[in-house]
Amino acid sequence: MNSIESSIKDTKAQELIIDGAGCASCVGKIETALKNVNGVENAQMNFALRTVVVDGEVDSEDLVQAIESIGYNARSAEDTSDDELLDEKEIADQKYYTSLMRQMWIALGLGVPLMIYSIAGGPMTVETTLERGIWLFIGILCAAIMYFAGKHFYVGAWKSFVNHSANMDTLIALGTGTAWIYSMVVVFFPMAVPEMARHVYFEATAMIIGLIDLGLALEVKARGRTSEAIKRLIGLQAKTARVVRDKKEVDIAIEQVLLNDIVRVRPGEKIPVDGLVIEGHTSIDESMLTGEPMPVAKEEEDEVVAGTLNKTGSILFKATRVGKDTALAQIINMVKRAQNSKPPIGRLADAISAYFVPVVMIISIISALVWLNFGPDPALAFAVVSATTVLIIACPCALGLATPMSVMVGVGKAAEAGVLIRNGEALQTASKITAMILDKTGTITEGSPTVTDILVADKSYTEKYILTIASSIESRSEHPLAQAIVDSAIAQEIDPEDISDFQAIAGHGIEAKLEDHHLLFGNQKLMFKKGVFLGEFVSKAQKLADEAKTPMYLAIDNKLAAIIAVSDPIKEDSIEAIKRLQNSGIRVVMLTGDNRATANAVAKKVGIKEVFAEVLPEDKSNKVAELQAQNEIVGMTGDGINDAPALALANVGFAIGTGTDVAIESADITLMRGSLHGLADAIAVSKATLRNIKQNLFGAFIYNVAGVPFAAGLLYPFFGLLLNPVIAGAAMAFSSLTVVSNANRLRLFKPQEH
Amino acid sequence: MMIINLFGLVLIALIIWWFWLYKPAKAIDSTMESVTVIVNNGVYDPSRIIVAKGKETTLNFLRKDGSPCAATVIFPDFEVSEELLVDENKAIELPSMAPGQYPFHCPMKMYSGTLIVE
Repeated sequence: MNSIESSIKDTKAQELIIDGAGCASCVGKIETALKNVNGVENAQMNFALRTVVVDGEVDSEDLVQAIESIGYNARSAEDTSDDELLDEKEIADQKYYTSLMRQMWIALGLGVPLMIYSIAGGPMTVETTLERGIWLFIGILCAAIMYFAGKHFYVGAWKSFVNHSANMDTLIALGTGTAWIYSMVVVFFPMAVPEMARHVYFEATAMIIGLIDLGLALEVKARGRTSEAIKRLIGLQAKTARVVRDKKEVDIAIEQVLLNDIVRVRPGEKIPVDGLVIEGHTSIDESMLTGEPMPVAKEEEDEVVAGTLNKTGSILFKATRVGKDTALAQIINMVKRAQNSKPPIGRLADAISAYFVPVVMIISIISALVWLNFGPDPALAFAVVSATTVLIIACPCALGLATPMSVMVGVGKAAEAGVLIRNGEALQTASKITAMILDKTGTITEGSPTVTDILVADKSYTEKYILTIASSIESRSEHPLAQAIVDSAIAQEIDPEDISDFQAIAGHGIEAKLEDHHLLFGNQKLMFKKGVFLGEFVSKAQKLADEAKTPMYLAIDNKLAAIIAVSDPIKEDSIEAIKRLQNSGIRVVMLTGDNRATANAVAKKVGIKEVFAEVLPEDKSNKVAELQAQNEIVGMTGDGINDAPALALANVGFAIGTGTDVAIESADITLMRGSLHGLADAIAVSKATLRNIKQNLFGAFIYNVAGVPFAAGLLYPFFGLLLNPVIAGAAMAFSSLTVVSNANRLRLFKPQEH
Repeated sequence: MMIINLFGLVLIALIIWWFWLYKPAKAIDSTMESVTVIVNNGVYDPSRIIVAKGKETTLNFLRKDGSPCAATVIFPDFEVSEELLVDENKAIELPSMAPGQYPFHCPMKMYSGTLIVE
């Protein structure tokens, strides 16, 4: 590896992360060492963060070396790849999980035996001095458990309280705290409490802490699974690349690949960065990014994309986008951002969250007061139990997790199918689309017209000769279909002839001369105008038009020589994908600038009944507005080139990408695959996600709305039922776990392709 | 009994005042000093940060809490959402902002703070 090339000179400030700096006195040592490096103007260490900011024009490698020479480890702050971040995240999650599990065992170690004792009918009351002694001991043990297994609840509750906010910690701390304090009062001052209410609740305190620790631990695990999709995307990134440096091929770390590096990729290897093929040909599996199952053939001048898999050949390509600029990095970024954005449906839960905890605290107080005033004996014990249970059963987390967890999984799931959703709002609106406008060219069709038929009328000409003449004429024309004919000639290695007297007749075609032959090339109107006899070829041309092809006539010396038909072929799966859309109750409308006959023919072929034809590009957005005026929620799908205003105006704009071009900014949803199945998938995923969110929100609402009054003892007057605080703790711990697990169910969602 | 009831009502009034009516005035001015927001124990500290208007701003976040709630900070108005790693500084770049107050929070809004742009 050539270190001059691979490390970056930078005149700006750069940040280093220092490992192994354990004491404050290290700061001076490190700063001095850095300042001694040539070119460093200033170095300042933030000890709390273990980072140093270095100013000056200096090579980051030199800085790292300087720090290593005095016995510490350093790395550039920019070096941390997504991959490492993910690993670190997993390690941190694992650590958190382990500590929660340990805390759970501590808490349940006391809670379970006490619980069994109480269920087995052991008296939980304080009457004799011996009982007082035993319970005092257990109370102190319980306090130790609260410290070792539940400290985070109490510290969190206090910190939030000081900050005028309240969260789940507040409720748990108050609930378990109330139970413990009451029990201690009973132990110390039994006389202050009516005889029937001399009951201790240490088992509840220990059990609740243990169960909630367990719930949190399982939640951490389950949450890890919700980011599986992003993990998979990050995992696509190759770790090393084989580049040509000094005429030799060397393996270097992916971060060190520079723009314009020549990269070698062998069969079976991943493409490390984005680039253009300069040598060799191969087929590449892009399914991991685009969802497109068929491998794509690549040859010189073709684009290759980081993260895709080279299947058959060995290629050399020039790096055009590296690091954070690759399509893959941008996709990862976009997915991450979208996963954390919230659809409007989540706003109600947010609004409730802001009031939730204090309201529960108030309900708990009211419930205690009602028991004290109107409850049967022992009213005090009932009051304590109900107040505690209300605090414990209420679960703001289930409510708060309901939306974000589903969005996380849903957006990730969509990305797996090659659908990039910009944000939560797009996700939600996509699930409600009632009408979908599809642009014809490039969306329903391939967007690349080709010559489909050559019908020779005068048998003295060969097909090749016809194409030679036609392409010679069309090479001078700017008509969009002309390119198809020229391309076709190039493909057959036909050289154009010299044409003279070239004359375009607007709306008709072209008149020209080849040597002393007179040439006409254009539509039927041109032939009629020039008096060319068409005979049976009129009906043949009509047949071609009915097949959504555009027929063009070539006449040589005023005699019909051939009909050349050009068409923009319909993507092979458009018909099926459109049917999927229609089957899900969406009104599908086609939009095109093409003439009505061809448009109708295409529409008929793909099963679309409504067509907006001959629409000028600037009028496309009016058509969106027209449908919106009919109270439709309109989705608009186009290639994003001349339909950006329409995409922006639509309730949801879908940009249909060619491969992995994610630079489509005007769209709410980007379909990386050319197939319209991506569109149907996007809608299916959004519907499934919204359904999942609704289940979660409904579950969380019902749980709290039913659980809190039950815990307060609303059922007691009727059925004599009062909830045990331990059961409330279990319910609370598992309610948020249920929400996360339900969101995880979305991972199994499979859009129905056929 | 009267006293207990009264005590309960006062407690309720205090809860309403403390959590809803009281508006903290204290805010850290990031234009005067560099700010590192510590994410720990359910709060952002500091949670109210003054930021200069019309200028791109970088805020440092340092997460101390292993709880998954602390793992992501979101600035919904600017479509910024960033993952925070435990014990690792994260510089979050914010676009230039118009004067006003903008919230930032974790995905569940258990952690929350306010940017005051002036």
